[in-house]
Amino acid sequence: MKAQPDARLFQIGFQAALLTAGVLLRDFSLLPLQMALALAAAAATQACWLRALRLANVGYLSPLITGFGLSLLLRADTLWVHPLVAALAISGKFLIRVRGKHVFNPANFGIGVALLALPGTWVSPGQWGNDLGLAVWLIGLGALVARRASRDDAAFLFLATFLALTAARLWQLGHSPLRLWEILSHQALNGGLLLFAFFMISDPMSLPDRPLARRLHVVLVAVFAFAWQFFHYRPHGALWGLLCLAPLVPLWDFLLPGQRHNWRGNRSLHNNVAAQGKIPG
Amino acid sequence: MRHHLIAGLLAVCSAASHAFCGFYVGKADAQLFNEASQVIVVRDGDKTVVSMLNDYRGELKEFALVVPVPAVLQKGQINVGDQATFARIDAYSAPRLAEYYDGNPCDRRVLEMRRDAVAMSAPVPASAAPQSAKALGVTVEASYTVGEYDIVILSATQSDGLETWLRQSGYRIPAQSAKALAPYIRQNMKFFVARVNLAEQAKTGFRMLRPLQFAYESEKFMLPIRLGMANANGPQDLIAYLLTKNGRVEASNYRTVKLPANMDLPVFLKQGDEFRHFYKAMFAEQAKKEGHRVVFTEYFWDMGWCDPCAADPLSPEELRKAGVFWIGKGAGSPQPVPLPGRPGLMPRPMPGGGAQPVMLTRLHVRYTPETFPEDLMFQETGDRQNFQTRYVLRHPAKVEPNACPEAKPYLDGVRQRQEQEAQQLATLTGGDINAIRKKLDLPPAPPAKPWWDGLWK
Repeated sequence: MKAQPDARLFQIGFQAALLTAGVLLRDFSLLPLQMALALAAAAATQACWLRALRLANVGYLSPLITGFGLSLLLRADTLWVHPLVAALAISGKFLIRVRGKHVFNPANFGIGVALLALPGTWVSPGQWGNDLGLAVWLIGLGALVARRASRDDAAFLFLATFLALTAARLWQLGHSPLRLWEILSHQALNGGLLLFAFFMISDPMSLPDRPLARRLHVVLVAVFAFAWQFFHYRPHGALWGLLCLAPLVPLWDFLLPGQRHNWRGNRSLHNNVAAQGKIPG
Repeated sequence: MRHHLIAGLLAVCSAASHAFCGFYVGKADAQLFNEASQVIVVRDGDKTVVSMLNDYRGELKEFALVVPVPAVLQKGQINVGDQATFARIDAYSAPRLAEYYDGNPCDRRVLEMRRDAVAMSAPVPASAAPQSAKALGVTVEASYTVGEYDIVILSATQSDGLETWLRQSGYRIPAQSAKALAPYIRQNMKFFVARVNLAEQAKTGFRMLRPLQFAYESEKFMLPIRLGMANANGPQDLIAYLLTKNGRVEASNYRTVKLPANMDLPVFLKQGDEFRHFYKAMFAEQAKKEGHRVVFTEYFWDMGWCDPCAADPLSPEELRKAGVFWIGKGAGSPQPVPLPGRPGLMPRPMPGGGAQPVMLTRLHVRYTPETFPEDLMFQETGDRQNFQTRYVLRHPAKVEPNACPEAKPYLDGVRQRQEQEAQQLATLTGGDINAIRKKLDLPPAPPAKPWWDGLWK
């Protein structure tokens, strides 16, 4: 069988295209330098940890994805925030591990730390506008068809659960079907939500291994996100949901063990290091 | 009615901020936009103070205001504010024009400065026989007379019951209100309903209705714009002044975009109402370009200072009147002391004794029912980068072409610059470039040379 390219290459291409579109077509308050620093700091931190832990053949796709993810979602009014957060995110990946598997999605962890602890940081969930949202849906669906990838169910399961709950809530609030549809499509085209679904929660390295556990976990995150937004009226429900529920993942893996995901590019590493319980993402 | 607040001369030049320093000569205030609702929202944590200004011009007895609120408000949570607060905050944050003068290329000389101020406006529906409130599912939770307003706080179980009750009680509310009210009822919200008490109104001696203010705690940082769309006729304007402690406020469920600003424009904008017309056309053009789907930021600044100031920052008393509850009572009104050596820059001691800042975000939305399907939700960001919608006029120096060797290249540069300014103006407003050239006395654009012209020479 012909080897498929690493799925993360596709993700990086997608993120880069979105960032370009965002910077060119949208009023992104992101400086190119912030992005460059985020990418450089992520790669440098990865290099340091690889050296310190003497890991070879791991590569730099993961820090690239984290760097792009942070650039896409995190905003700051200073230059030092992005590189610092990128370094923390990558370090978190190496340091916070349970049974060899990192607990937090690096970009999600970085954004959480930034919003909680660093001044002058924010996330702009509305900044993409609905037209770009539509484009993201098309590309996401296209990718699904093209890749037939099994683990991508997370993105769509999350979106389906979140939007179904939203529709139920809107119905319960007494909106007419037309208004319900208007509001629901407005929610469904929110760029922040879609970025989260396609780039963050779909990261297989920070989800439970067993498919059943993974689906349950994704549904939990969607319920959290929904409750946060519609009962507590706060933004960023999905980001907080993934972050707060991440500690459950090791528990899922303990209760319902499954086959550990491995990126195609890491195959040899998988074989060599898996036995030692050390699989870098 | 208009307030003209003319403050003294201010010389302004700061190397620290943007590369501009100049006169403040004009501004485009909220008054410019007919039917623009104005609202001040002060928020820290869940504590919220909302002030709503009604530019209602119909029969007073027909005026009615219905606002969903998160809980039954006590009398002490409701206040009748001062229209001047809106005028002041508008003047301080309005889009403005700065101008400055080129030094004589033959004789480098420096400039001077000055400026001026204005402001305010919002309409609401109103007034009808009895069926028992209980049968309609409506409970009058409280009723007060505050200033010239009679206020009732209602809770309801059914939206059509509420609509009927309001009609029967003499409030003239738009048709289809029930549909718009339903979601708020299901969220267990109460309704703040105000109308004018004519006897009390006569005593106040005011012709205009004063703004209503209410203070409450709620997790929701939002404005219920959907309620006013029941009988909307074309796009509506809303100008929201948001006062917070930490940073810029933006919409969390719509795009928030900064208006194009800080560019050079033709100097004729200084004359008469030209700048106001420009700003109105520019806003309309930008709103249209974005499909009436975005929230525009017009201003964001720490109210402790301004650089340069379009109008003085609000004093601690004025801020308290606007509802800024974290400013201590009797904080005094510190007189601004110009920085030594920099007479123009007006640093202000933090209102309230220096401890807690006040950030002002001015948002301007032009919305339609189709493009804003949900109420406006806000979030306070950590962003503290100042922004203002300021446009710059550069007056060329008066110099003869042969006065000195530098003069001719300078004048050529000026002509080029003016052409660029004209194009800039045309692009921003979607206006006719040739009409602008005419106003500027610019020669009509020379016919473009064919591309091959000069190819063989």
